[in-house]
Amino acid sequence: MDSDRHRLSRRRLLGGLGALAAASALPPLPARAATGEILTRALPATGEPLPLVGLGSWITFNVGDDPALLAECTAVMRAFFAGGGRMIDSSPMYGSSQATIGHGLAELDAVEQAYAADKVWTSSPDEGSAQIEASRQHWGVPRFDLLQVHNLVAREANLETLLAMREAGEVRHVGITTSHGRRHDAVEQIMREAPLDFVQLTYNIVDREAEQRLLPLARERGIGVIANRPFQQKRLIRRLEGKPLPDWLAETGAQNWAQFILKFILSHPDVTCAIPATTQVEHVRENLAAAREPLPDAALRRRMADYVAAL
Amino acid sequence: MKEWLSYRPGDFLMFSQRVYERLFVLHNEALWPLPLLALALGAALLLALAFPRPGRVRAALGLLGLAWAFVAWAFLWQRYAPINWGIRYVVPLFALQALLLALGLWRGGLKLPARWDLPRGLGVALVAYAVFLHPLTALLHGRGLAGAEVVGLAPDPLAIATLGVAAMARPASRGWALLAIPALWCLASAATLYLLDSPAAWPPLLAVLVALAARLLPRDSPPASRNSGSAKQNVC
Ligand SMILES: NC(=O)c1ccc[n+]([C@@H]2O[C@H](COP(=O)([O-])OP(=O)(O)OC[C@H]3O[C@@H](n4cnc5c(N)ncnc54)[C@H](OP(=O)(O)O)[C@@H]3O)[C@@H](O)[C@H]2O)c1
Repeated sequence: MDSDRHRLSRRRLLGGLGALAAASALPPLPARAATGEILTRALPATGEPLPLVGLGSWITFNVGDDPALLAECTAVMRAFFAGGGRMIDSSPMYGSSQATIGHGLAELDAVEQAYAADKVWTSSPDEGSAQIEASRQHWGVPRFDLLQVHNLVAREANLETLLAMREAGEVRHVGITTSHGRRHDAVEQIMREAPLDFVQLTYNIVDREAEQRLLPLARERGIGVIANRPFQQKRLIRRLEGKPLPDWLAETGAQNWAQFILKFILSHPDVTCAIPATTQVEHVRENLAAAREPLPDAALRRRMADYVAAL
Repeated sequence: MKEWLSYRPGDFLMFSQRVYERLFVLHNEALWPLPLLALALGAALLLALAFPRPGRVRAALGLLGLAWAFVAWAFLWQRYAPINWGIRYVVPLFALQALLLALGLWRGGLKLPARWDLPRGLGVALVAYAVFLHPLTALLHGRGLAGAEVVGLAPDPLAIATLGVAAMARPASRGWALLAIPALWCLASAATLYLLDSPAAWPPLLAVLVALAARLLPRDSPPASRNSGSAKQNVC
């Protein structure tokens, strides 16, 4: 209880700083954490601090009702929360992933700890509310922290539903998602026109198109950014594995390719968090550890990107 | 268009190889000892097709029809659809195939050749493969026989066995009608297994090619001068 109060007051304090940064359109700096704790970055809209690393659930958590695999996913979630993680991202498109998350949250009694991010994914907007309610029941949460229009499907009507829900206090934050660099023009337009809290897009050391327009716009508009596909669904790690890590790896704070890739993403000042997915406890720990000090500065980020491009 | 080009085939796969393979392990565990019974029924099916009599052929078709309905419910709906929402749209096709087989029974509308010719040989070989060899592909996956795909309980061997029947069925129009859904399933399954990097992608694909070849091969039909009575003896 005491530690809860401590966490709250610390959150509020960091939140205030974050809101200040948002108000002045400065890139939000990651909050300095006590040694070993993972870094957070303030959500521009509210100043609420979010850990820099979240957890995706595409494919990895789609395990049906297989008891052995459900237990493995729960173990991943346990390590995630134990390591200070909060945001878990899912979608009604991801098969049984929502139910897997619900199973884990119930087993770990961790509903309070989670920042629950889900999506609406229907081309029949009339069904949006029912779909969201079904998703909520799978998760077993009282309400979602974030609801996003998945891949801009029926974007106008679905966004309208989500904004009305936010107005009514049925969801805290609202966003849109895209991936693989698709439809950035449409994303940009919505970011300009709609009062979004979050945009989710693909950003990593080789997929950097978002740096051109969307990340600066997110900062300008006070919109949080969730980076999906940090490892290109592992293809990027497979591509780099077996290639030499740079001699100056220690400067980045990374210990392997996965952390090298993550640190590049997390050190972009306009990225609120990245959401790597994994089936392995060891990997979730490794990913969370990438959100610890040090994070590369702008010069080192350039060097990292050049190094990977030259491989 | 540009957006569609940015997708890779693998982007449409929403589960891992491990999860897919475990489906069969859990399915067999839940149904045990039904896999043994299904194997025995598969052997009986093979015998009925190798030594056909009208009654045996009807029983074989009835058994296959029941198996399509059972697999639609017990495997596709209960196990596969939760991890692959596209399967919901496949379940009605499996039900339709069960119906087609039942219609084949109706007034003996579907017949199988009694005399050996190449199409019949290929058809029986497909059924034999589906019953006895396909379960062994679990060893290629490295999941052991606990995860074997058994005819009558899992969709791939069932579709392959049905392709065998469709390859030799007469008249041709009914044979083709019986072939369409299993062939589509086998192609979809081969694509899925290929994307999962599984060496077991080949058998369903080859089964479709064999069934198509068997259907297109010239049949050992009775000479035109024969009367209709002797033509009837040529089929069961
Ligand atoms: N349009 C959208 O809304 C959209 C689109 C795409 C993605 N997303 C979201 O973003 C999330 C992340 O994207 P993603 O799942 O496509 O791909 P990803 O996170 O880039 O990659 C996931 C893969 O990386 C591997 N991995 C994770 N940590 C690792 C580590 N430390 N070392 C080695 N391998 C590691 C995992 O394998 P192991 O299991 O072996 O660790 C997993 O196969 C998704 O899960 C989803 O929530 C949203």
